[in-house]
Amino acid sequence: MTLVLLILLPLVGGFAAWIVGRRNTGVCRWLSLAVVLAELALVLRVWARHLGDAGLGSSGPWLEIFERAWIPKLGISFILAIDGLSLLMVVLTAFIGVMAVLVSWREIEERVGIYFACLLWVLAGITGVFMALDLFLFYFFWEVMLIPMYFLIGVWGHERRIYASVKFFIFTLAGGLLMLVSILALTLSHAASTGIYTFDYTELLGTPLSSPSALWIMLGFFIAFAVKLPAVPIHNWLPDAHTEAPTAGSLILAALLLKTGAYGLIRFVVPLFPEQSAAMAPWALWLGVLGIIYGALLAFAQTDLKRLVAYTSVSHMGFVLIGVYSWNELALQGTVMQMICHGLSTGALFMIVGMLYDRIHTRDVTEMGGLWKAAPKLGGVAMVFAMASLGLPGTGNFVGEFLIIFGAFKVSIPVTVAALLGIVAATVYSLRIIQTTFHGPAATSWEIPDMSSREMLMMAPMILAIVWLGLWPSTVIATFEPALKSLMHLVPTLWGGG
Amino acid sequence: MDGFCCSLPLWLIPALPAAGFVVLALVGARLPKRWAAVIGAGSVGLSAAVTPCAASCYLRHPPDGGVRIERLWTWIDVGTFDIGFSLALDALSLVMIFVVTFVGFLIHLYSTEYMADDPGFSRFFAYMNLFVAFMLMLVLADNLFLLYLGWEGVGLCSYLLIGFWYDDPENGRAARKAFVVTRVGDTAMAIALLLIFKHAGTLDIGQAMTWASDNWAVGSGLAVAVAFLLLGGAVGKSAQLPLQVWLPDAMAGPTPVSALIHAATMVTAGVYLIARTHAVFMLAPAAMTAVAVIGAATLLLAGCSALVQTDIKRVLAYSTISQIGYMFLGLGVGAWSAAIFHLMTHSFFKALLFLGAGAVIISLHHEQDIFKMGGLRDRLPTVFWTFLIGSASLAALPLVTAGFYSKDLILWYSWSTEYGSPWLWAAGTVGAFLTALYSFRLVFIVFFGDEKGHVERHPGLRILIPLVVLAVLSVIGGLVETPAMLGHVTLFSDLLDPVLPPAESTVPGHQTEHLLQAVVAAITLVGVFLAFLFYVRRPSIPAALRSSPLGARVCRFWLSGWGFDTLYDRILVRPFVDLARLLRLDPFDGISSTLGRVTAAGNSVLSRTQDGRIRTYVFGIGVGAVIAVTIVVFT
Amino acid sequence: MTAGIPLEHGLLVAAGLFVIGFIGVLVRRNLLFQLLSIEIMLNAAGMAFVIAGARWGEADGQVLFIFILVMAAAEVAVGLALLLRLSNRFGDLDGDSVSSMRG
Repeated sequence: MTLVLLILLPLVGGFAAWIVGRRNTGVCRWLSLAVVLAELALVLRVWARHLGDAGLGSSGPWLEIFERAWIPKLGISFILAIDGLSLLMVVLTAFIGVMAVLVSWREIEERVGIYFACLLWVLAGITGVFMALDLFLFYFFWEVMLIPMYFLIGVWGHERRIYASVKFFIFTLAGGLLMLVSILALTLSHAASTGIYTFDYTELLGTPLSSPSALWIMLGFFIAFAVKLPAVPIHNWLPDAHTEAPTAGSLILAALLLKTGAYGLIRFVVPLFPEQSAAMAPWALWLGVLGIIYGALLAFAQTDLKRLVAYTSVSHMGFVLIGVYSWNELALQGTVMQMICHGLSTGALFMIVGMLYDRIHTRDVTEMGGLWKAAPKLGGVAMVFAMASLGLPGTGNFVGEFLIIFGAFKVSIPVTVAALLGIVAATVYSLRIIQTTFHGPAATSWEIPDMSSREMLMMAPMILAIVWLGLWPSTVIATFEPALKSLMHLVPTLWGGG
Repeated sequence: MDGFCCSLPLWLIPALPAAGFVVLALVGARLPKRWAAVIGAGSVGLSAAVTPCAASCYLRHPPDGGVRIERLWTWIDVGTFDIGFSLALDALSLVMIFVVTFVGFLIHLYSTEYMADDPGFSRFFAYMNLFVAFMLMLVLADNLFLLYLGWEGVGLCSYLLIGFWYDDPENGRAARKAFVVTRVGDTAMAIALLLIFKHAGTLDIGQAMTWASDNWAVGSGLAVAVAFLLLGGAVGKSAQLPLQVWLPDAMAGPTPVSALIHAATMVTAGVYLIARTHAVFMLAPAAMTAVAVIGAATLLLAGCSALVQTDIKRVLAYSTISQIGYMFLGLGVGAWSAAIFHLMTHSFFKALLFLGAGAVIISLHHEQDIFKMGGLRDRLPTVFWTFLIGSASLAALPLVTAGFYSKDLILWYSWSTEYGSPWLWAAGTVGAFLTALYSFRLVFIVFFGDEKGHVERHPGLRILIPLVVLAVLSVIGGLVETPAMLGHVTLFSDLLDPVLPPAESTVPGHQTEHLLQAVVAAITLVGVFLAFLFYVRRPSIPAALRSSPLGARVCRFWLSGWGFDTLYDRILVRPFVDLARLLRLDPFDGISSTLGRVTAAGNSVLSRTQDGRIRTYVFGIGVGAVIAVTIVVFT
Repeated sequence: MTAGIPLEHGLLVAAGLFVIGFIGVLVRRNLLFQLLSIEIMLNAAGMAFVIAGARWGEADGQVLFIFILVMAAAEVAVGLALLLRLSNRFGDLDGDSVSSMRG
């Protein structure tokens, strides 16, 4: 029941925020904050309850499961379940949710009620995506998170928001529809061989598929997730969407929405289509490398700070693609670490860009420089996350990237070496972020306030989290390890024999 | 006392500076400078106080296997990938932590005065403390992953401190250059780690080295690959060929930073790494040769460049590169403990020289051009005498300086071990000549001759005390290891013997050794004399050399560090920047926008049919219906 | 139920009526006449239903005719209302005058 509550809370909270927001925006803000804090408390309680669990209990790999019939005639049921992987993703969602509400506190002045409603609904959709175990339900949540996000970008975004939001919508919707076709095809193939119509993930696992059609079905899923991830060459909705979205929108996009793509690959693509994924794996690795290098190069070339950070996401998520398709213990653990840490570090960078924009009303790095003197605290925080972005040891990103690299080394040495070159390129663009904003000669004599206590309150937990993940990752690893083990149990390897 | 010392945990040593960093980073800006100085220097001082304690405990109660291991917590535990956050103290780490904490403390003390007027005072100490903490992690790490943490961490601090005065974009450029260039080397090192883990299944240094010795044959491909990749990391950090380009520019940082990071500690991390993983290098003779040749080539190249620099700190920077070249030479010929010995003495006299240079620089109101100095002998007597001692030690004046004993040992082994050759020795000897020449050139130009600059302020006690202490160490620091004809003290190599295999001379007897020592000593003295001749007696000679066409060209070439910067700029930096600029607008975006444009074009064609007249629509409906019916009926 | 009239004749009449209505919609610009023409077309369709119903001896054809009648009435009501608004606004009943589809 807790699982349903996790979705209902932001969903209902969103409606409440909408209604309240018409009368009193202040109350609406506090209400939204209360909702996300309650959500966080709820999910942390779930985590605490399962902290000691070995994970693989009597109920299979799931820590908690909620199952009701929904449309029994078509074999659609309402199944929510969490294992360690889902749990951590939901924790991340709730945590970033709190940040998203806080970051919007002063930034959003217009249509506050519906804004927070959209924000909470996105969170509800994402939470649903991470927990849904029925493919139809999964698709449902997949679209649920898309629509409010579209409004967040399109209504409260920057100058080119309409272009960006439409682009975002078309890309994700097209991907989503491909996935829907694939879901239906998978169900029909399942029905053809067993006579049972079902969308239940656990039942669909191991569906025998004839090879040419299976490849297409797999690609339908893969493209949907690769768009979200995003993988080059279908990444180009991302820089626009990130750049034009309001800060909370960029934060949610970077920290959470991209993770749904990675989550989909780990949870659905590989376990449902092991053979096809194995055929795909070498390609996917090189796609990952392409993403890393390409993203890094483009990040270096940008002058719009937000766009720059957006391209670093492309680069970092390339590691995730490599990690997933290396599919061994080290690489998968690294992938999950990378997902979490990228969420925190890039999310934080977007928050910093938002704070800067709030103060100097530009995102153009050529107009910045020398801000350290005016805002040393902000500079220090930016430094921490720039370092996380370049994978400095002691931050969680290092653990994630290096676990992926250690895992990938077992399957392909050239890919690993290329990915390491990507880390050098990451150094170049991360240092450029600092140099062009906080260091360097001052463009004008800045008179801007340093971080307010609200902003400190947001950034402190982010810093603590990223360092905690860098130095004591074992708590987190122990949480998702059983989940990954059971996935590895389903598909032992994608690299036959090797 | 003994019991107390042994009860002190090892982690205190890096944790104290780390705590200093945390405090300064959180509340440093609000603290008065006095308190920031106390915390900054005090934390390293405490660390330096714990170190002898740990040393005495270690020496009196040697732990099993000569290594004291302290596992703090499990860092990463994934299947076979079990990395502990654990520290290991053996003789080699002991030497290193002694150098880091002790020299580090002296430099911190010096900085409290040197940086006193800087608005970023507490930020400076925060970075410095963080650096010391990372450096101590580096040398105390018991596995390569943790070592990598320290390795990258010191790189970060180096970046932060080179770019400490961030207003000047040149400083930022130098800082980024240092970080990126060393990271290129780090990438090679990371691949070495990957290979070691893949084959040995562990990153624990001791276990991995034992495994390598047991399983890899001498000269086996993997051992050679790993050794070369580790060497890649080492040359990056230690500014050796071909990654030496960052160090001269790194002088943009405050002088104490140059003393601590770019002379005494961080840049020697490469030497430490190779010594630490010597087992792999001994399996790879090709890599050993490469280390020695790189060392020899670097010491010559950098020595030549040092000869023509005009910035006092750049002279010292090139001399650092050159001296680390000696250490590499020592490592490459298997004289492990000799290299570490030189590392130690070098950290004394080079830190001393940098601090002395710093004292000169602030006395002359941030003047760094040596030709605008001169005649400072009487104005700054303490600085002069200590600087003289440092230079003598750098030039390895026979018998009286620490540098002599360590450099002599390396040169002797470069001739006499199985990896050595007369060529390597010759390179080292020419280098010794260059060293004598440039170090005394510096002394004579800065402290002798006519007074050119005006001394604005005299250094206080917090600057002078570190100078004097380091000067004393630069003299007596070499007496822990003396050659056969001078008492044959072997304290240092005895200490390191359990960790680093002793170098074996293949030349019997001591005759050759004595002869070579005499030759080197003579050449050194000739160098000093020439410097005296050129820069005190007959300044017209170097001036004439410099103005001759060939001389001018050579001079410019050496001044620019043999053109490496230009080369890298052409083949690496420019292509990267150009490619990035070319791709700036994201060509993949074109694919989807083309799709969008096609759709829009289709729309504009079809929307013509919608003219708003009902009759047209009705006509369309009618014709369409007729066509549809026709199709249905006739097919 | 006159068995004498063949199905084809009835349908031809219906088709003829429909074509007349169709041409009326096409050639008249006056919206009122276009509306009338649509009525004719509707009646033609209704007639075809009745004839077909008679052919098969089923009541469905007549049922559908009533349905069409009701629909036509509703359509005329809406159509005339719009017509009134248009004539108020533009002063004439020329359909082309509103072709810009903008208020």
